[in-house]
Amino acid sequence: MTKQLIMSIVAACLSPGMTKAEEQMDTTYLLQDVYVTARQPNSDIIPVQTLSGEELRRLNSNSIADALRYFSGVQVKDYGGVGGIKTVNIRSMGTNHTGVVYDGVELGNAQNGQIDLGQFSLDNIEALSLYNGQKSEILQPAKDFGSAGTIYMRTRTPFFDEGETYHARATIRTGSFDLLNPSALVELKLSERVSASLSAEWVNSSGKYKFRYRRVNPAGELAYDTTAVRQNGDINATRIELNTHGSLRTGSWTFKAYNYNSERGVPGAIVNNVWRRGERIWDTNSFVQGRYTGHFGRLTTLNNVKYAFYRTHYVNNDDKQVKIDNLYKQKEIYISSANEYEIAEFWRLSASYDFLWNDLDADVYGFVKPSRVSQFLSAATALSFDRVKVQASALGTFIHDRIEGQKAPRDKCVFTPAVFISSYPLRNKDFSLRAFYKQSFRMPTFNDLYYADMGNSQLSPERVTQYNVGIAYEHSTYSSPVSAARLSADVYYNKVKDKIVAYPKGQQFRWTMLNLGLVDIRGIDLTGLLTLHPYKDLYVTVRAQYTFQRAIDVTDPADNYYRHQIPYIPRHSGSAVGNLTWRGWGLNYSWIYVGERYNQQENIRYNYTQPWYTSDVSLSKDFRLGRVSLRVLIEINNLLSQDYDVILNYPMPKRNYRFTLTVEI
Amino acid sequence: MKHIYFFLYFLPLLTVATSCRDDELVVPTEYDIIGDEHPDSKIRGLYLVNEGNMGSNKCTLDYYDYHTGLYARNFYAERNPNVIKELGDVGNDIGIYGSKLYVVVNCSHKVEVLDARSGVRLGQVDIPNCRYIRFHRGKAYISSYVGPVLIDPNAPKGAVYEVDTLSLAITRKVPVGYQPEEMEIIDDYMYVANSGGYRAPDYDNTVSVIQMIDFKQVQQIPVGINLHRLKKDRYDKLWITSRGDYQSRPSRLYVMQKKPGFNQMIVTDTIPIACSNMAFSGDLMYYYATEWNNYTATNTISYGVIDVRTKEIISDKFITDGTEKDITIPYGIAVHPETGDIFVTDAKNYVSSGTLYCFTPDGRKKWSVRTGDIPAHITFLPK
Repeated sequence: MTKQLIMSIVAACLSPGMTKAEEQMDTTYLLQDVYVTARQPNSDIIPVQTLSGEELRRLNSNSIADALRYFSGVQVKDYGGVGGIKTVNIRSMGTNHTGVVYDGVELGNAQNGQIDLGQFSLDNIEALSLYNGQKSEILQPAKDFGSAGTIYMRTRTPFFDEGETYHARATIRTGSFDLLNPSALVELKLSERVSASLSAEWVNSSGKYKFRYRRVNPAGELAYDTTAVRQNGDINATRIELNTHGSLRTGSWTFKAYNYNSERGVPGAIVNNVWRRGERIWDTNSFVQGRYTGHFGRLTTLNNVKYAFYRTHYVNNDDKQVKIDNLYKQKEIYISSANEYEIAEFWRLSASYDFLWNDLDADVYGFVKPSRVSQFLSAATALSFDRVKVQASALGTFIHDRIEGQKAPRDKCVFTPAVFISSYPLRNKDFSLRAFYKQSFRMPTFNDLYYADMGNSQLSPERVTQYNVGIAYEHSTYSSPVSAARLSADVYYNKVKDKIVAYPKGQQFRWTMLNLGLVDIRGIDLTGLLTLHPYKDLYVTVRAQYTFQRAIDVTDPADNYYRHQIPYIPRHSGSAVGNLTWRGWGLNYSWIYVGERYNQQENIRYNYTQPWYTSDVSLSKDFRLGRVSLRVLIEINNLLSQDYDVILNYPMPKRNYRFTLTVEI
Repeated sequence: MKHIYFFLYFLPLLTVATSCRDDELVVPTEYDIIGDEHPDSKIRGLYLVNEGNMGSNKCTLDYYDYHTGLYARNFYAERNPNVIKELGDVGNDIGIYGSKLYVVVNCSHKVEVLDARSGVRLGQVDIPNCRYIRFHRGKAYISSYVGPVLIDPNAPKGAVYEVDTLSLAITRKVPVGYQPEEMEIIDDYMYVANSGGYRAPDYDNTVSVIQMIDFKQVQQIPVGINLHRLKKDRYDKLWITSRGDYQSRPSRLYVMQKKPGFNQMIVTDTIPIACSNMAFSGDLMYYYATEWNNYTATNTISYGVIDVRTKEIISDKFITDGTEKDITIPYGIAVHPETGDIFVTDAKNYVSSGTLYCFTPDGRKKWSVRTGDIPAHITFLPK
């Protein structure tokens, strides 16, 4: 029975589609927040992909960004190595349209709008979900209704069995790149109603790895073949995270304090005659956030507050280039209140209001020190019948900027609606159909608007319209060798209007930002999951996803890249993961494929970038020594040692290894 | 069990749709037939350097041959397949001296030296942050943003390097002003335009004068802020452009010449026009200017012709058939020394293929051809 329960939990957590618990939509939220590892997510009206628990840990991932490569519709930009920047682009709409939510509150970067997912460790992450459109619940902060797609990262919540008062876990990882990565987690039950956890981590790596460039001429003769070591990719980072959770008679609260500190080298592009660069970045990201959830009869309220301070110190020490030594400081205050009212069992309404203040200061010449007040007001409704569910939301966004010494651009006010429908055409509910329409936008970032010489304060928001229809099939049994099967297919059409692009002005690499681009995106996402139980104690899980994307630039027929695929978006990409577990042993194989792409707008052979595909393998074994459980994990990444670039001139590592030992009590 | 089959139907999709990785080929040359043949001309062909956007390593070399009428795009890698990572990152100048072709590759910190006829590599000279190249009495002179560290290590002055064209060794170097750009040599004195572009808003505003015999800076003459182009006409007058500060101080064109009986250059004229680049044809100077207008958020592009004797603008265009409307960002200009044909390059959006236009001396388009990214610098290969 426990095995079956575990299987169903695992299966549910992997779910891109429907599960059995769809009737419980009303009450799940609270439960989900606290005991989520033991619960199935709702049958989702909105396409969701989730990786969690055991499967997430087995996936040979160094960071959140690595794990996200297993989701369909996602393209990860990876500049290579442990310290390299990693950003995520959902369905070709651009990184700035992707919301990233950490334990219920969206992470922000008012400066450039991009979240470097390389900075987030998987060590403390329990579940990683990706929603196209928005999250299924209507009880969510107003800002969460705003992104075109959102990644939710959720850290582990302490859960104590009868008689338990603490948990402790220590992990050490080591391997290629001179990696040393110890981490520790302590969870304490402070009282019946309050628990706390402290998680700390240190990452140190030289970032050195071998890479190879090899060229042959058309006759097949070797032109050159060189292997070099990546330099200046070192990282030294610490992360400390304190969480407290409390339950109340009518709800719950959490408080989080987070601090990330790093010093990194910026390895830079490998170009002719330049194999080493002198740029360094120091980052300090700190935030505190609190949340209160209350349940009063038919009313549920969800309130968040956050204060964040990000400090970035950038230095260019290269004695061949201009010396740069800049300090950037970002501050953010966020207050949100979301409220949901249940009118009837099948009908709920919600209203949310968010206030967000951002401020950026830098010691750069001519810097205008922008600050921004954003207010978000949303209303949403959800109707839930036996065969059909409908969700509709509308978000109003009001933005006011202030800059020093100049007249600020006009206030902006944008209204964006969204509608989601799902239904079960058949009686047994194995099949479901879903569709959504959503408008969203991204505000020009502080860099777009005000960056010295390049910014253009006249910019308008960049708008996205999404249409999606999908079908999902899901079936679970506990008797046959096939314990769960799940398939989903989504077809989508996105249009990006007023895309903010860099445009040349005057002479000599001088640029400005303009609302110039128009992108037409058509895609198909397919996902499949199969869980087998062919023999006692042996479980097999296979998971695969495939993405087709045609994302073309339709800005101007006069451009020589008119109707060409936009840079770095492959037409075909996919992944497959196979997982075997038997009596404490675990074997995982994962394969990622990214098809041919072009590294610039024009689809000509000078911009052609080859497909890449890597195989990663891991083997784990769990032991028990009295009260102590041990796990040993050995990973081999890029097993076939393929030499590839994700981004042109940023070579990726050849075959590399990692060894992990975890002790838990 | 039927679920398994369902799943298996889905798997082949992955394999059908995906294609495999091949060996990475050396970047191939592409040929276009232009047909503008001059087999009897003293000019054999022309070389064009495409700068390529920073970090892209897409500095490429194109060649047009007047004997065959063929345009060879991306010519370097095929001629020199063994050079690791090809020509380099951000080309900035090109010149031919004797039998050698020199390409200044700014972000690869080198001057690439090729055989001018075959395009085969002879060697390279490592010069940090190198910008422009000129030749004089068996030596090549290259301006560089990075000179020897003197007083303030955070704001090093630039330098001019002297390279022997036979041994390709650096023989001497001399510190000049901040971030030097173009230079010219007249009567054994070299004049260097200093920009100070790394020091905005404290731009440099001087022209350095270097005495060639002992290779020393003897004077710095204030001219205008953020200087860039510095070219001599047939009367040994210097035409110098200031880029301005891109805000309140506009781009300007200055003229320097020697007062009769004196050996010192002085600024004689300030011509109140914006000027980005120019080329001489006899007594005529063709120029273009690209200026950004913050108010309309568009580039204002202007063309013109100046009579270098009178220093007067005699025409506000040298393209007469309306082709200028097709040019997004004029980025390079050159005049054929024999036919007087005018070449103008269009850099478009800096990150896609540009265009090279050839106009007759009376301003009609003769031909145009697709180039690499940011076509910019042209030199003519003598027979």
